[in-house]
Order: sequence, then structure tokens, then C-alpha cells
Amino acid sequence: MGDLVWIFISTLLINNFVLAYFLGICPFLGVTQRLDTAFRLGLATIFVMFITSICVWILNNYILVYAPYLNLITYIVVIASTVQFVEMVIRKVSPTLFRALGIFLPLITTNCAILALAIFTTNKGYGLIEGLVYALGSGMGFTLAMVLMAGLREETTLAPVPSLVKGTAMNLIIAGILSMAFMGFAGLFSAG
Amino acid sequence: MPNKTPDTYQELIKGLWRENPVFVQVLGMCPVLAVTNSAINALVMGIATFFVLVVASAIVSSLRHLIPSQVRISTYIVIIATFVTVVDLSLQALLPAVHKELGAFIPLIVVNCMILGRQEAFASRNPVILAVADAMGMALGFMLALFTLGSIREILGSGSWLGIQLFGAQFEPWVIMILPPGGFLTLGLLLLFFQWFKERKQRLVQRLDELEAKS
Repeated sequence: MGDLVWIFISTLLINNFVLAYFLGICPFLGVTQRLDTAFRLGLATIFVMFITSICVWILNNYILVYAPYLNLITYIVVIASTVQFVEMVIRKVSPTLFRALGIFLPLITTNCAILALAIFTTNKGYGLIEGLVYALGSGMGFTLAMVLMAGLREETTLAPVPSLVKGTAMNLIIAGILSMAFMGFAGLFSAG
Repeated sequence: MPNKTPDTYQELIKGLWRENPVFVQVLGMCPVLAVTNSAINALVMGIATFFVLVVASAIVSSLRHLIPSQVRISTYIVIIATFVTVVDLSLQALLPAVHKELGAFIPLIVVNCMILGRQEAFASRNPVILAVADAMGMALGFMLALFTLGSIREILGSGSWLGIQLFGAQFEPWVIMILPPGGFLTLGLLLLFFQWFKERKQRLVQRLDELEAKS
């Protein structure tokens, strides 16, 4: 149990996917103009990460045993098609949920955070439960970073910033400062 | 400028500066930030991306009449993933130390949006020679950007360049530069510099125009 809590906290804060591993930078810089869009994209990402981690567990245990060198191609294809399938199911079952999350689902599949999750889970040799906790932690970490960034960007749109700095340059510098703040979490457990 | 017949040389050099994938288009950010904590890592990543992009572009371009447009994205991804696997396994055999340091970022070349973007925007509509020229230009531009960023971060962060110690013992390395925040900050400042350069050039052109209008 303690192990699971540790996996969760460490992926959520210390090894945050966005701010420490630089994964999912494209949505982090591209879809954070508005707080509520960023939050919904984050939720959709948590959802896709859950599916990914289940898929990876099945693939690793039953299929890739026979051809480990094909893992990359298999992950990409299986994850993309599963997400597509889930998207269709959601559209039929719950149109409200689809309107809230659905448009993001195909986009997320090609997000590097998803493939990275698959690779990291494999490299660390996690089982099903550990994999799911890892997916939850990294998905929530991603959402946290997205929401923080979107909040800061909403504030800066009204601030009198020189036109030269506006845009990606400023966002990257904000991200740098956020990342510095998150580095502080590294002492969270080693000190205790 | 009216675009005349597409010129192989033009396609080759546009990626280096005018349409540089990192500094101008801001694509493929994940590897740019993640592996540039030393110049040699950045260089290896650049070479790996170069190989994948050029070969994938050549294949996509030669198959462009055969790929049905409904499944084109998945086809591109499978082609790219195949060559990334080749690179991954070759690096593991040839440069195990660097491969270990780059870790998961070699397999992650698959989802580098720059590569997929070039297939969709260029290779799927142009003949093989042009596609290869475009891919080489873009990949060289990408490599250049990675190498610049990697050099800055390594020189400031560990006081060395390509593993050679540059400063004496009294140099206190800026450790933050090789840690994650350093990546964000360096790239932010570099983009700022490019923006400044562009605005300055625009102002110059404007002034020249005004002078011409007066005389």
C-alpha cells in the first residue's frame, strides 16, 4: 500500500510529466489559453492514460512476450485504435460527456505523454494495479500543470506586457519558474 | 515574393533559418527541452531525428498515390515507428552509454509532431527528391536548434562543451541550467532573441520604405 502511495505522489509532484520530464509540452503551450478548456483536456488525458495503462498491461503480458522488439509500433496502433473505439462508445452512450471531453480524445493519442506512460510502465515493470496508480498520478500531474499554466496565462492576458515578450517566449519563461517551484517537492520525502 | 517552380535548393535551406522547426514554428518541443542538458546528447538526438525524418519522408512520398487518405495518419505513424525502432536498436548496440542517458526519448521520436507534420504538409504532396530535400533541411534546422540549446546549457550548467572542460576550477557551474527549469528558461530567452531580431528587421525595412517614399 505504501508503495502505491509513493508511486502516486512521486509522479504527481516530484516527477511531474510536464514540468520535470517535458512530456506533453505541445498541449501545455497550445491549449492553455483558457482555464476551463485546460481542465477538460486534463480530465480527458487522465481517462486516456487509464485506457493506455490497461492496454499496455494486456499487451505486455499476453502478446509482446512473443515479439518484444515490436513494442513501439504495437503500443501506438493499439492505443490509437482503442481510444478511437472508446470515443465512439461515449458518443453513443453519453452525448454530454462527449461534448465535454470527446473532441480532445483523438488529439491526446498522439501526445507524447501517452506513449511515454506506456514506455515508462514497461521499463519499470509495473503490474496492473501499480500501472493504474501510475497512470492516475501522471494524469493528475499533467492536469495540475495545465491548470496552473492556464490560470497564470489568463492573468497575463490583461497585464501590460511589452509586445516583444508576448507569446511563446513568455510562456516558456513562466513554465521555467513553475518548474523551479516544483523542484522544491523533491525534498518532500528525502527529508522525512 | 511570387513562388516560381519549386526549387530543391530552396526547400533544403528554408528549414535552416526562415522556417526553422524549433525557433520559428515551435514544433517538437518535448525532445528539444528534455535531451539538451549536454551538447553530445543533443547531437545524437538530432542525428536520430534526421535519419527517421529523411527515410520516412522518402517512403511516404514514394507511396503517396497508394495510401488511402482516410487512414493516412495511421500509415505515417506506422512507417515512422518502424524506423524509430531501427534507430533505437542500433543506438542500443552502438552507443549504449548515450542510449541509456537519452532513455525513453529515442522511442518518443515517434510522436514528435515535427516529423508527422512534415509528412502531412509536405511529403504526401511532393515528389521524392523534393520531399527528401525538405526533410533534410528541416532535420538540419532541428539539429542546429538542439545543438545550440545543448551547448548553451552544457557550457553554463557544467562548464564544459562536448565533455571538454572550458573554465578553470574557480568557475561555479549554474546547476539550474542542466536541470528541467534551465531548459524552459534557455528556450524562452532564445525565442525572445529571435523575436527581437525579427522586429528589428521589420522596423528597418519600414524605415527604408519611408525614406524611399520621401525621396
